[in-house]
Amino acid sequence: MDRYTTATLRVNGQDLQVVFPTHHTLLEVLREECGLTGTKHGCELGECGTCTVLVDGEPVLSCLALTAEMEGRSIETVEGLQDGNELHPLQAAFADLGAAQCGYCTPGMLMTATALLAENDDPSADEIRTALAGNLCRCTGYHKIIEAVEWAAGVVRGDAGAGPAREVLFGSSVPGEGS
Amino acid sequence: MTPPRPGQVIAPDQAPPDSAAGSTHEDDLRIVGTPFRRVDGWAKVTGQTRFADDMTFPRMIHMRLVRSTLPHAFIQSIDTSKAEEMAGVVGVLTGKDMPEPFGILPVSQDEHALCLEKVRFVGDPVVAVAALTEDQAADACSAVKIEYEPLTTISSVDEALETHEPLIHDYGDEGNLHKKISLQFGAVEDGFAEADEILEDVMFYEGSTHLPMEQHAAVAVPEGGGRITLYTSTQTPHYVHKVLAQVLGMPASRVRVIACSVGGGFGGKSDIFNHEIAVAKMALVTGRPVKICLNREEVFYCHRGRHPVLMHLRTGFTKDGAMVAQHLKTALDGGAYGSYGVASTYYTGALQTVTYGLPRYRFDSIRAFTNKPPCGPKRGHATVQPRFALEVHLDKAAQRLGIDPADLRLNNLLPPDSITANYLKVGSIGLGACIQAVVDGSGWRERFQSLPHGRGLGLACGSYLTGAGLPIHWNHLPQSAVQLKLDRTGTVAAYCGEAEIGQGSDSVLAACVAEVLGIGLDDVLLCVGDTGLTPVDLGSYSSRVTLMVGRAAIQAAERARDRLAEAVAEKLDVPADRLVFAESRVFDSGSPENGMPFAEAVQQAEEKFGALATTGSYAPPRAPGRYRGSGVGPSPTYSYSACVIEVEVDPETGLYRVEHVWIAHDIGRAINPVLTIGQVEGSVYMGLGEAMMEEQVFRRLPKSRSSALVHKVPSMLEYKSPTFHEMPPVTTYLIEDPDPEGPFGAKEVGQGPLLPVIPALANAIFDAVGVRIDQVPIGPHMIRKALEDKEAGGDGRYGPKSFPDIDFGVPLMVPTPDEGGDGRATNTEEAGVRKGSGTMTDGVRKGSKP
Repeated sequence: MDRYTTATLRVNGQDLQVVFPTHHTLLEVLREECGLTGTKHGCELGECGTCTVLVDGEPVLSCLALTAEMEGRSIETVEGLQDGNELHPLQAAFADLGAAQCGYCTPGMLMTATALLAENDDPSADEIRTALAGNLCRCTGYHKIIEAVEWAAGVVRGDAGAGPAREVLFGSSVPGEGS
Repeated sequence: MTPPRPGQVIAPDQAPPDSAAGSTHEDDLRIVGTPFRRVDGWAKVTGQTRFADDMTFPRMIHMRLVRSTLPHAFIQSIDTSKAEEMAGVVGVLTGKDMPEPFGILPVSQDEHALCLEKVRFVGDPVVAVAALTEDQAADACSAVKIEYEPLTTISSVDEALETHEPLIHDYGDEGNLHKKISLQFGAVEDGFAEADEILEDVMFYEGSTHLPMEQHAAVAVPEGGGRITLYTSTQTPHYVHKVLAQVLGMPASRVRVIACSVGGGFGGKSDIFNHEIAVAKMALVTGRPVKICLNREEVFYCHRGRHPVLMHLRTGFTKDGAMVAQHLKTALDGGAYGSYGVASTYYTGALQTVTYGLPRYRFDSIRAFTNKPPCGPKRGHATVQPRFALEVHLDKAAQRLGIDPADLRLNNLLPPDSITANYLKVGSIGLGACIQAVVDGSGWRERFQSLPHGRGLGLACGSYLTGAGLPIHWNHLPQSAVQLKLDRTGTVAAYCGEAEIGQGSDSVLAACVAEVLGIGLDDVLLCVGDTGLTPVDLGSYSSRVTLMVGRAAIQAAERARDRLAEAVAEKLDVPADRLVFAESRVFDSGSPENGMPFAEAVQQAEEKFGALATTGSYAPPRAPGRYRGSGVGPSPTYSYSACVIEVEVDPETGLYRVEHVWIAHDIGRAINPVLTIGQVEGSVYMGLGEAMMEEQVFRRLPKSRSSALVHKVPSMLEYKSPTFHEMPPVTTYLIEDPDPEGPFGAKEVGQGPLLPVIPALANAIFDAVGVRIDQVPIGPHMIRKALEDKEAGGDGRYGPKSFPDIDFGVPLMVPTPDEGGDGRATNTEEAGVRKGSGTMTDGVRKGSKP
């Protein structure tokens, strides 16, 4: 028989009272008890990074986090990224560049990238790679994700010239055919 | 950054230079050819997109499956009594509840929703249990007792050839061979007699799996009126619909399949799966909505991925490097069920002819049943393995003949508008421009064979279908259709059976409609992938969606435009052919101020004609082949790609690193360039994964633990796939030369760019350290072994030694077009094949002998 636990979780800035089977992970409780299905799962074994959320600002694999230990911690999910109806710069850049193809790894990527930008608003491509290396994506080949994070970082910094390079949008100019 | 609205054009000022895609301006296109936010982008970055496992319904219960622990065995008994008494359990199903066999191909109806008498691989599902919670269902599964009588396990093609009893299936071409093919196009031996050089190779391509991030999930909901609705992560809702009705014994009109957004497919969700049928049956039995979500281990068992293929390739060349004849033999390890396997078998031979001139060609193949999860279609389907063999083979030929590998290919390109020796009609070919782009971009002419030891460049090419020419179920119906509904607000609703799997098909559909009607992307509302509400599109496979949905959408939109134009012309008193549809207005091209908003145009037309709706549909042109097997390979048009890879190899350890990838893709026209590049980069990524590390492999447990053949690495940690750190820089060139068959000239991009990547890596390793690795994935130990072999005076090669000795019998002889052939075989009786032009047209029921 399941034993149940009651807890108050602070999710995206709001306190939610939840009752859940004591052994259930944060992933399960977010999706099932809180109705926040934006957080996805790819393995439920801590291998793919898909279920990443922020706990007190740090990226955490929610499939490995016990909900019973989350009382009093601040949890952020993809549903909390927007400012009202405005997309976060990371969200806008991911959408514009096709850094989300199937979109399944996207919430985890966005949350990991959010933590990166909070720490470093001008990351190099290598720093982005290292920060996101625990998040697998099977669609994009990762480049559009790196380019989206770079663009969003520029926006966060208030860099007026931030934007994707021409080859990001159109591909490289064919050699010998002008510009 | 001001957040753009969904679908807002993101780079209006970044118009491409005239040289790259100048036609964008010439054709006066406003959306097509411009990078725009994908129409489903907003939902995907906010967590609003609902994948199948995100669906919940009142009274919903949860289902789990009990899977076989033995690779090959008779089921002696199933005891579910304990499970049925456990807390929360609502329903239990076994094979006898759904005895009707099924399969994606009419010729391979060899699966059951739950195993009936036999299990055929570790992971084959036997019992389904539904309970109030998933935990309860899992607990009850542990209480199910199944007794088995083990049978001899067949673990490889060689074992399948040697083992005459037991048979994994009671059908197939011979023993444990599911399929055996022999086709000969033209006087192949005469060709070899004319050759200056004959080259022979044996190569092996290991199997790999799709590894979508989303685990398969499905929810079945019983509805009033004797209906059932299935929400599922599928690339092919139409085929799921057909099979579901067949197995459930329900009229298709009472079954509705809704394809949820798919969290990664790559071919792995284009079959119908056991759990989709079982969950629907469970819903019908319990009268409650039922959900199943597979765990990651189960996803490895669903598989339907890349076939392991052993290949023998023998080609005659002239001293100039032209191919005069080729004989390809392939042996596919099919796994436990048919799946798409018959098509896969043909695909290992079909597209060898569409890149370079090949006047005479023989193709022999077998597909063996083995006790492993079934193989099927993965990105590039079964053309990837022989493409690897051919492109490495050509690299060796270039070396032997003293010709630059780029020139060998450029000098022997198939001319546009050719009919190949195996009767494929090829339209536009941008391969020459692709090769030129990667050669120039990589500095090939200066750097190939000139880099320091340990560093090398490799070049390879590829080609792929833009949609299979024939449907799986042979008929003369459209293969794609779009219905448009225009309302008074100026909104156009587009209905289409296509399934968005991340490739951007929704965006293609919206862009084609919006472009023709001169409205914005956000004026188009989509209803897709719903067999109850949308007209049939066959699904997201064979790279068919952009072309077929695009053509259907354009036809529907043009018909709507004609209706509106007629009404507006009357109102404005202007000839209809002078009206322009642009900027969400309809106006006189002679005096643009004389016009009206699009919404008003719709109202005018509604006043004149009544409520407005139009349709469009598309069926590919008929291909010229008339022999049995000619159904696999035809396409409305083919895409082409060329790739150069630069690699750094450490000769001491064999460790290597891909430093750069240059890739050019002949896309015809990019509907949305930014998404197109994403498809190219994603293909490069997946190709590198297969070339470097991915393998779906098996091992036997020790005797003390049943000797069962089990998956070696059914987890994401152990099944190695590239991370951010393994992905090299990629330079992408889009070669745009609109193809007359494509929508606005577009060809496919989702699969083709994967093909050249794998052989380009093998060729680069040869340039770096002078050894040939004739199999993938290429491990550092293979490079070391080949180097040691070379140091010991050997030929410096790692790879398979021989191809099994197989009697392929009398080949089906098809004279080539050059020989005056008409596409028919001349010895159908002698070769022992039934009449018919398609491989998938004659339904062979389970149990019947061919």
